[in-house]
Amino acid sequence: MDILNAVVAILNFVVIPAAAYGAQLALGALGVTLIYGILRFSNFAHGDTMAFGTAVTILATWGLQGLGISMGPLPTALLALPVGIAATAALALVTDRAVYRFYRVQRVAPIILVMASVGVMFLMNGLTRLLIGVDEQRFADGARFVIDVRTFREMTGLTEGLAFKTTQALTLVIAVLVVWALFWFLNRTKSGKAMRAYSDNEDLALLSGIDPDKVVRMTWIIAAGLATIAGVLYGLDKAFKPFNYFQILLPIFAAAIVGGLGNPIGAIAGGFVVAFSEVAITYPWLKIAGYLFPAWQPEGLLQLLGTEYKFAVSFVILIVVLLFRPTGLFRGKSV
Amino acid sequence: MSTNRQADRASPWRAPILFALLAVLFVMEGTMRNAMFSGSWNTALGILNMGLISAITALGVNMQWGYAGLFNVGVVGFLALGGVAPVLIATQPVPGAWSTGGVRLLIALAVGLGTLALAAQAWKLLRAGRGLVVLMILITGFVVYRWLFDPAVLAIEGNNPSRHGNIGGLGLPVLLSWLVGGAFAAAAAWAVGKVALGLRSDYLAIATLGIGEIIVAVLKNEDWLARGVKNVTSIPRPVPYEIDLQNNPEFVAFAHSWGFSAAEASGIWVKICYMLLFLVVLLAIILLAELALKSPWGRMMRAIRDNETAAEAMGKDVTARHLQIFVLGSAVIGIAGAMMITQDGLMAPVGYNPLRYTFLIWVMVIVGGSGNNWGAVLGAVLIWFLWIKAEVWGPALIAFLTAPLPDGGLKAHLLESAAHMRFIAMGLVLLLVLRFAPRGLVPEQ
Repeated sequence: MDILNAVVAILNFVVIPAAAYGAQLALGALGVTLIYGILRFSNFAHGDTMAFGTAVTILATWGLQGLGISMGPLPTALLALPVGIAATAALALVTDRAVYRFYRVQRVAPIILVMASVGVMFLMNGLTRLLIGVDEQRFADGARFVIDVRTFREMTGLTEGLAFKTTQALTLVIAVLVVWALFWFLNRTKSGKAMRAYSDNEDLALLSGIDPDKVVRMTWIIAAGLATIAGVLYGLDKAFKPFNYFQILLPIFAAAIVGGLGNPIGAIAGGFVVAFSEVAITYPWLKIAGYLFPAWQPEGLLQLLGTEYKFAVSFVILIVVLLFRPTGLFRGKSV
Repeated sequence: MSTNRQADRASPWRAPILFALLAVLFVMEGTMRNAMFSGSWNTALGILNMGLISAITALGVNMQWGYAGLFNVGVVGFLALGGVAPVLIATQPVPGAWSTGGVRLLIALAVGLGTLALAAQAWKLLRAGRGLVVLMILITGFVVYRWLFDPAVLAIEGNNPSRHGNIGGLGLPVLLSWLVGGAFAAAAAWAVGKVALGLRSDYLAIATLGIGEIIVAVLKNEDWLARGVKNVTSIPRPVPYEIDLQNNPEFVAFAHSWGFSAAEASGIWVKICYMLLFLVVLLAIILLAELALKSPWGRMMRAIRDNETAAEAMGKDVTARHLQIFVLGSAVIGIAGAMMITQDGLMAPVGYNPLRYTFLIWVMVIVGGSGNNWGAVLGAVLIWFLWIKAEVWGPALIAFLTAPLPDGGLKAHLLESAAHMRFIAMGLVLLLVLRFAPRGLVPEQ
């Protein structure tokens, strides 16, 4: 019985939250890695792109709620998502035309593009603040839980409860669907193949008649879509606060680099590696140790690192990867 | 970018004219009282002093970017780390802190660092099965470290928590702490640079972003170090206190002879003292930097920046030189961080916002002219002046623009969000300068 309790506690406090968080990071890292693969720079504005997309989605959600439209048990934000994606994609295309294209044509060093993306980050940050302010917003509605703690206890008779939030279930389902659609697009459609060819070898792709402008446009649209979905899911699961979206940039970069920059499968794996390490290292294991080894009475909480240092986990993972395998686990681009 | 840096020579009068214009702006701020300027010398000198600190930070960033092309996105972290120095060096010792857990804490930190060093050595020396050995060293070291560290921290934080609860300072002169702040930042920079340099250029940017966030998180949460979010106040000053000046009859008479009230004059006097101190540091750093840049070492640095492959083919160790300049630049940023905390007399970690302390500094460097020290100084003081004044001018501008609009939700929202316009404006300035004048206001010669 105690072992079952321990398993449930691990599921409840580690596996489920980490899986949801990992899916959100994976979607964010996919956007970063795609932009890296095609446009060949690390986009520092990605966190604020997520924030902008989420802000637009929240505004649309409020509009829908004002009209009295809802989706029953599901959050209304899902209905508003296409609006957010469209607005973010439009903004991404505008910034590409106004900012990045100039440098791309000039073929400047990648670090100049990174710097330009910092300027774009400033702009998007200001836009988001203009749209919705800097305060925390909660916009999840509908049913809160798929399974809540009390029902689970009554169902199983265990002392340990298990909660599975709707937003967590939704995150996992949507992430699977989005990743499936993305890989179908990249591997099966002509445009997707063009994108992969361009990423592998730009000159060869140009020689075979691939239109670079179209590839770049598609990349921005897909990246903006992924960023908005990741941002909305993260905001539904936790809460929307613009500054948190700036901070999530570090775990997202860590995920993309762990998997190998430019490699989509790596980005997904990286997202889960970062999320599981972060949750496992900052979780106090005292309760689970109590179930498994009742005789052992440790003094502390058995927490390796305080939750306030969760970003340190992504950083250490990043450092370890840079030290031992700079191209990432799945062999991304090394240049 | 790498080829057109030294294209045509700019007019030699450009920098002096721009500096003169900047001086005019400050004089207007000090003397004219209207919708745009405050007419208070206290405000003008306050802005100038913070501008000078920003200028020193910008010099550090300019060394990294302008001399070597290294993109440091963790400026806020190095500034904050420098700011720890005045707390640890200059504040008075906390009674009982060292006897309760100070020594144990130092041993714990030594064990932590020793573990990392031992693991690195083991990795270098051993061959077969080294992964396992290193892992064992790390795990054992971590357990010992926590066993030493946790009780020490509890003891220190439990020592008179309402007033202290931190390790306290050494009671040494505060000016000494400026150098120590530079050393702190340099040590952190060495650790980051050792890992992230020599790989592709984006990696250093991402790694510095991480270290910046972590340093600020440590400052916010480690109460034993600098009381965390409870803040450390009354950090000693290298200049006189206003209240002492106001109680000094000679100073009051002197103030009246200039037509100032004693309160106003004491504020101005203190700020002028700070200004002179900051100017001495600024000029010393510029002098050293200019001498270095004109030496064979400086030519080598620029050669590496402009063509790494060629420099490497000539036998230059590019990664080692990059590490060197990264550490030096971060040390300068650390000195600026210590100066800032000294001027404020207050260590408040919640204030370390990356938008303000990392990205605004970058706008300063790019606008001023990357690669040119005077440009970085000009850009820093100018952008800082505009950043502060935009707080006043922005709402005024919005109010003027929205005046014809009917009163209602939209107008109220626009007026309310005028404060956020500063970020948009700075982003626009950065992008426009980067695109249309990549060499900045005062280009590299």
